[in-house]
Amino acid sequence: MSAQALTLFWPFCLFIVILFIIGFYCLLVTFNLIRALIGLELLIKAVTLLLVLVGYVTQHEALIQSLVITLIVMEVVIIAVAAGIVLGLHQHNKSLDVRQLRNLKG
Amino acid sequence: MALNIDIVVLFLMALSALWTVMTRSLLRSAIGLALTSAMLTILMFRLHAPLAAVFELSVCSGLISVVFIATISLTQPMSQEKVLQHMRDRLERFWYLPILLILTGIVLSFLNFKFNLILPVPEIEKDPRIVLWNQRPLDLLGQIIMLLTGAFGIVILFREAKKK
Repeated sequence: MSAQALTLFWPFCLFIVILFIIGFYCLLVTFNLIRALIGLELLIKAVTLLLVLVGYVTQHEALIQSLVITLIVMEVVIIAVAAGIVLGLHQHNKSLDVRQLRNLKG
Repeated sequence: MALNIDIVVLFLMALSALWTVMTRSLLRSAIGLALTSAMLTILMFRLHAPLAAVFELSVCSGLISVVFIATISLTQPMSQEKVLQHMRDRLERFWYLPILLILTGIVLSFLNFKFNLILPVPEIEKDPRIVLWNQRPLDLLGQIIMLLTGAFGIVILFREAKKK
């Protein structure tokens, strides 16, 4: 690892952890399904930044870019399908509060 | 100097992510998410990943924001009273989380982590297009299958909704 990469590594790691905590907090405290999706997005962004950082540090930028592109495609599909499910649930229950979605409960 | 710019952009990204989570309006949350994506794009450019950065800007900052805004506009927002009640409940239920976070940070700062980031790869390809098309064609196949799955999922979901 070069000296420049080493100076970059720890500050980036700190902010990646902060971003991960913010996303996790959002997932933990919310009852709104759209906000839960936004929290999931923030977690994926933290993972994306971590992948790009590791690619930069290890000089495998090309490989990491191809992996990140695959990750972005997955992210879009997951969010699009989840948004469709959220809309369907809203049409059915007239609410996005997860506490009111008890129809499938044991 | 370069590190200073990176730190500023990282700080702005964390700030926009915090705003995304803490703001009451869902629409503002979606805009905050787009801002976070834009900041991430700048960082990806600076970390020598321009192709992935362009994808991030066009898809995550553009397309996903449009999907979120469309979903928010098609659903009813919570009333102001309910939002305030929910915030009060949240503060009462999760008051211990910041303390837990600070304690975890203190414990982690005492542990001495050592990373060995040198991977045993003999040849390093510098062009992402060659990696994507020649070395990892199965990834492309996976992407196509995922896109088709997503398209079929959306079609089935909306057909079901239409029937009801």
